[in-house]
Amino acid sequence: MADLRSEFIGIKSPNPFWLASAPPTDKEYNVRRAFDAGWGGVVWKTLGLDPHVVNVNGARYGAVYGADRRLLGLNNIELITDRPLQTNLDEIKVVKRDYPDRAMIVSLMVPCEEEPWKFILPLVEDTGADGVELNFGCPHGMSERGMGSAVGQVPEYIEMVTRWVKANTRMPVIVKLTPNITDIRKPAEAAMKGGADAVSLINTINSITSVDLDLFAPEPTIDGKGAHGGYCGPAVKPIALNMVAEIARDPTLGQIPISGIGGITTWRDTAEFMALGAGNVQVCTAAMTYGFKIVQEMISGLSDYMDSKGIASVDEIVGRAVPNVTDWQYLNLNYVAKAKINQDLCISCGRCFAACEDTSHQAISMSSDRVFEVIDAECVACNLCVNVCPVENCITMEAMTPDEVDPRTGQRVEAEYANWTTHPNNPAAKAAE
Amino acid sequence: MSSDTFTPGIAPGRLTPESYEAHFADLHPALEPHEALVAADRCYFCHDAPCITACPTEIDIPLFIRQIATGTPDAAAKTILSQNIMGGMCARVCPTEELCEQACVREIAEGKPVLIGQLQRYATDHLQEQGLHPFERAAATGRSIAVVGAGPAGLSCAHRLAMLGHEVVVFDARAKAGGLNEYGIATYKTVDGFAQAEVDWLLKIGGIRIEYGKALGRDLTLDALRKDHDAVFLGLGLGGVNALAAPGADKEGVRDAVGFIADLRQAEDLSQIPVGRDVVVIGGGMTAVDAAVQAKLLGALNVALVYRRGRDRMNASVYEQDLAASKGVRIITHAVPTEIIGNGAVREIVFDYVDDTMQPTGQSLRLAADQVFCAIGQTLEGATLPDLDGRKIKVTGTGRTSVTGVWAGGDCAAGGDDLTVTAVAEGRDAALDIHAQLMRNA
Repeated sequence: MADLRSEFIGIKSPNPFWLASAPPTDKEYNVRRAFDAGWGGVVWKTLGLDPHVVNVNGARYGAVYGADRRLLGLNNIELITDRPLQTNLDEIKVVKRDYPDRAMIVSLMVPCEEEPWKFILPLVEDTGADGVELNFGCPHGMSERGMGSAVGQVPEYIEMVTRWVKANTRMPVIVKLTPNITDIRKPAEAAMKGGADAVSLINTINSITSVDLDLFAPEPTIDGKGAHGGYCGPAVKPIALNMVAEIARDPTLGQIPISGIGGITTWRDTAEFMALGAGNVQVCTAAMTYGFKIVQEMISGLSDYMDSKGIASVDEIVGRAVPNVTDWQYLNLNYVAKAKINQDLCISCGRCFAACEDTSHQAISMSSDRVFEVIDAECVACNLCVNVCPVENCITMEAMTPDEVDPRTGQRVEAEYANWTTHPNNPAAKAAE
Repeated sequence: MSSDTFTPGIAPGRLTPESYEAHFADLHPALEPHEALVAADRCYFCHDAPCITACPTEIDIPLFIRQIATGTPDAAAKTILSQNIMGGMCARVCPTEELCEQACVREIAEGKPVLIGQLQRYATDHLQEQGLHPFERAAATGRSIAVVGAGPAGLSCAHRLAMLGHEVVVFDARAKAGGLNEYGIATYKTVDGFAQAEVDWLLKIGGIRIEYGKALGRDLTLDALRKDHDAVFLGLGLGGVNALAAPGADKEGVRDAVGFIADLRQAEDLSQIPVGRDVVVIGGGMTAVDAAVQAKLLGALNVALVYRRGRDRMNASVYEQDLAASKGVRIITHAVPTEIIGNGAVREIVFDYVDDTMQPTGQSLRLAADQVFCAIGQTLEGATLPDLDGRKIKVTGTGRTSVTGVWAGGDCAAGGDDLTVTAVAEGRDAALDIHAQLMRNA
């Protein structure tokens, strides 16, 4: 069993798995169950000023499914806590008292003025919480009142509010970023300038999950109408991974600590986020889909992975893939690979053939007895056949070795690295400025 | 009258009413909508899918499964029925484990094929239970075709001809349409009068008239049919049964399995069907299994299915053999009946054991038997038929016989397996050829 203890911006937790600020962390009952199940920390569902908000009384969630109704994406239109501020503060205090080894972060969202922050921060400090997370990310409801993503979409506001918060509390401050922007580095930079100790991302993505074709109304539907909600779950993980990496690999962002969020469902997702620079992770949809028990698999899986790799602490994973994230223009154009189909594993479904023949490079042949083979003279190693094959490792991409002749181009494979900026055949070697 | 499984001789009412109901319930209950979606999600939508190739009617299986998965089971049904108008019955009786599901790549990958047969039933039931008939007739051609036999081949042919605008008269020797679907398939495979419901649904196309109680050779002649109609399709099946050659085969209690199965299907009350305490079924095909299993389900104490060759040579699929075994039927192979013993009624039956080359091994077997069912093959009956190929009507690929203007298909025609689905395909293809032929001359 590897040592999974985590320390993120000075906040200790027995493992790097926190529950994100969301319905699962709305109240004492849930959070106690989460801690009993083994979660390392929670970000308590966002507190606001009294009078507290009122939620809708209809569907708050919409879903996107994969095969067998496996939930791939979830959309929610729930607002911040709809309970009195003092109730939440009291519960936070007793839970932190009873679980002193767990991380207790409190998410906050108050109007964009300094006074409300001055008012609420001491109340949170009094609970004994370990830190605060500023909710600049919620894309629905609160944003129509100048909070949530309405702040997160304006870097100047992020910087200003973060500065107010840092000036009014001794607690570490995490700024939660909205992905509903064009360049995630700008809000991250603003948070850093405002003095944030860390950023967390991503919050949810503006979305309509589906349309009711009888009502002609978007889902989730409330009395015949629907509003966009925040999208999360496994479907958003690729978007989140990219945004985490964009921040992690930007040298001007001073290696600001990142709490990774977005579709994390398994230990493997966790390791991927950490490899791209996240110091820890926050989970919501997976817990909402399967319950708190999933953390047991995350703990055992990450531990086994670390043991198998000889990794002694979770910090050793953090950022290990960042040096390999680059821009397209630096990819090696002299690298040549070919798809290879393992005939022993092939079940002859022909999906690789259909994909390649109809939509790619006509580089797979099909015999009358359903043997599928790669035509090296046509294969550009696009990987689509690998992606559509239902059998793991049946189709692989095999790199050609230097000095072999690529049957597609008739050229020898060069040993030397050459990218877009240096390749002699590239008319766009220099970017248009 | 009170009997149970231990009552000697042939007796009805061996079971409680609840047992009859449970024993003869649907072998594969219909999929619930959720089950259908889960099953449909497993389909890989293969390119040029092997399951299509394996289907004698070449139903576009990946397409209909995708139509189920996307919530349009009626569209799925139309995909099925446009290739196979008896897709509902085939979904119930096809040996899918030897056809589409054997070819399914997930059978190859995991030993667990997509449930193609059950999904097909889900779609066709969904449409047919609403009473919807998705096909329309083309403009009338003014041509008339006689179809002999209202079984799968004849009705498939008749439906396609009617769709193409022809008038069709179907003649059947029996009192009901459906052929073996109605008379020759185990009760638990097609419950709740499905065979007749399917016929009624099929006839909604219009333009098909059925005349019952009309047999070729007895009430009809081929020459007269040819005179009165523009074309004739023969789908008369195999009306005769092979008799047991062993001495004593005429004793009381020995009968053909086909009649027993038909009696079961036509019974108002299964408790009225008598069955032996010790039943022996001779044969190795689907008919033998259907008779043996149903004898057991009727409350027979001991049922043995005895086949002269090894299990690998049995015409009944492995699935059917396993079904029989699971119901308590004892399968005995390499045994040839040599004598039926009994004073008036059968009491015992004696077999010689043979090796794989059918040579006697010198060993023999005696089985107690108060009822013996013969399921050793059916034969074509009738005189003045077109030329034969062996014991069946000789046909070309589209069912043309040696007689101009006469086509044939189904079990009475040579070539192809004797399966419902094969009969449907042959009837359909003959109809298309008849149409092409008649329109060419138009």
